Amino acid sequence: MLYDVTIDGKNYRLDLNQVDGLWACRLDGQDFQVDSVLARPDVLSLRVGNMAYEIKLERVGGDLHVWVGSKRFAVEVRDPRSLRGRARSGDDHGPRKITAPMPGKVVRLLARVGDEVEPGAGVAVVEAMKMQNEIKSPKKGTVQKILVTEGAAVNAGDVLAIVE
Amino acid sequence: MFKKILIANRGEIAVRVVRACHEMGIAAVVVYSDVDRAALHVRKADEAYPIGPAAASESYLNIPKILDVARRSGAEAIHPGYGFLSENAKFAQACVDAGVKFIGPTAAAMHAMGSKTRARQAMEKAGVPFVPGTSRGLESFEQAEQVAAKIGYPVMLKAAAGGGGKGMRLVHASGQLKSALEAARSEAERSFGDSEVYIEKAIVNPRHIEMQVLPDEHGNTVYLGERECSLQRRHQKVLEEAPSPIVDADMRRRMGEVAVRVAQAAAYTNAGTVEFLVDQQKNFYFLEMNTRLQVEHPVTELVTGLDLVHLQIHIAAGERLPFKQDDVRIRGHAIECRIYAEDPDNNYFPSPGKITLLLAPSGPGIRRDSGMYEGWNVPIDYDPLLAKLIGYGTDRDQAIARLTRALSEYFVGGIKTNISLFRRILRDPDFRAAKLDTGFLDRMLKRREENPVDSRTTEVAAIAAGMFAVLGATGTNNGAAGSSSHASDSAGSNWKSAGRREALR
Repeated sequence: MLYDVTIDGKNYRLDLNQVDGLWACRLDGQDFQVDSVLARPDVLSLRVGNMAYEIKLERVGGDLHVWVGSKRFAVEVRDPRSLRGRARSGDDHGPRKITAPMPGKVVRLLARVGDEVEPGAGVAVVEAMKMQNEIKSPKKGTVQKILVTEGAAVNAGDVLAIVE
Repeated sequence: MFKKILIANRGEIAVRVVRACHEMGIAAVVVYSDVDRAALHVRKADEAYPIGPAAASESYLNIPKILDVARRSGAEAIHPGYGFLSENAKFAQACVDAGVKFIGPTAAAMHAMGSKTRARQAMEKAGVPFVPGTSRGLESFEQAEQVAAKIGYPVMLKAAAGGGGKGMRLVHASGQLKSALEAARSEAERSFGDSEVYIEKAIVNPRHIEMQVLPDEHGNTVYLGERECSLQRRHQKVLEEAPSPIVDADMRRRMGEVAVRVAQAAAYTNAGTVEFLVDQQKNFYFLEMNTRLQVEHPVTELVTGLDLVHLQIHIAAGERLPFKQDDVRIRGHAIECRIYAEDPDNNYFPSPGKITLLLAPSGPGIRRDSGMYEGWNVPIDYDPLLAKLIGYGTDRDQAIARLTRALSEYFVGGIKTNISLFRRILRDPDFRAAKLDTGFLDRMLKRREENPVDSRTTEVAAIAAGMFAVLGATGTNNGAAGSSSHASDSAGSNWKSAGRREALR
């Protein structure tokens, strides 16, 4: 099986083939012999050569993370033959969404539509777990839209406002 | 002895007290709010009663509802845990009036200690050392200005009813005093319904060391040694240890004797903690008394070999302390990490949500007091403390080594936790050298973390990501994966179908 793997922004080409219960693995031209046991869902006991690793897979929303020991890696895995999941553009121009980093309640709005905001300026205050957190604008611009009202409950990732 | 105890709390401390009850052959009754039906303390209890909506004011802080549960269940005593109603003198009195034993001090002792200004007045009489400042709430800005000028800047403004850093402001110069006073007052009013604020000289980079006391109801009071609690963020404790690396036997005796005087001056009974600020010359000053069991009580339990919750229950049942001061021995070293649901990469924002994967450490010298489990949804409504991981060793170095090892085994997936913060603290050279003060964490967090990743680890991550994809766990659409997968067991195939479902969404 052939995969394009992106680890923390760096791309690898990975070819995995099963041979006698083990996996012959070629990573960017380097060969490894891999023995893999699924200890329980999302936990893999991996032997690469004779080195042993416990690997954890974490899924939050649409993001995948692989943990090797206590190091976390953001991963994307794509089938190179499929067109799905090709690199998304991440440009810094144009409107930017300001999202809630965690579920909670909007206790205060600090900006109004049409306000000019500097990078780092507070736009809303979201309270969760007895903590009030100021949600800041990521860029300089004008507040184009505010999509929540004071008192509203929000989930992680909900768009609070858009700064143009 | 009681046959049935009601625990008016939630989370890890409710579980801790349920366990103590069961160890003593006592039935444990718990209460829960609408969002806590699936919480661990409900799972562990013998009886569980719903007490209303998520908002604490309508459930865990609602005195009539909790006393009603005590009556309906026939509980003879109430353990309040920490937080919520634990330091509420009205609740302690309401328990007495309802004929239920409150496991803690009397309302009068709590009242004397509950306000920092009243505590200060009482303690000055008992000859307890204080940081210079006012022992009464500030009446005006002008008075604040006068006192600050007399004791010298920097000064600290503090809410009389305060705790947890709320209503506190550090003021470096007179120009900042007015706005700081207003901010402290409004925050105190919002947090505690009481805007009384007092002023103290700020001890720069002090240590925060506290002494556990345990008086019974027959006039016997012992101290159980100190805890070093200097590692704090936003005035919230993060890591505690016992004993303090700077306290020797003589200093422990002197602090312990002061703490006993403090408790006796307030006619205090049951477990309590006297907090001290310690300056760089090891002078200690009375800060406040916490009239409850502390979050960090396990480190004292490990180094004294005593069970504080058992002792609290015995004392509340009217028994005498089963040992004397001379019998108390401090042995070994214990360190506690408070595992919070918060995101270290996002300014420690709270991170509630579903725990999708939980791998818990065990092994020599490790104690874990936890209120979470895999599959549980951490609600947004309460304090983000999930669990406490405590390491014990014959000395501080071994405790650190065991805790470091245990942290490497600890994994909480699905939500963010501060576990990585503790890995960083425990390998910090200043922490290892026990150079601690309350500014330690802020300074450490300002430094960029060097966290080099070797290329081999990254390669392993890439291979692992591919293996997960083969197993269908990543939702990657690969036609070949299904037919030739290595994992043909049931876990693997369930997992593949979950992966496919995700891909279809």
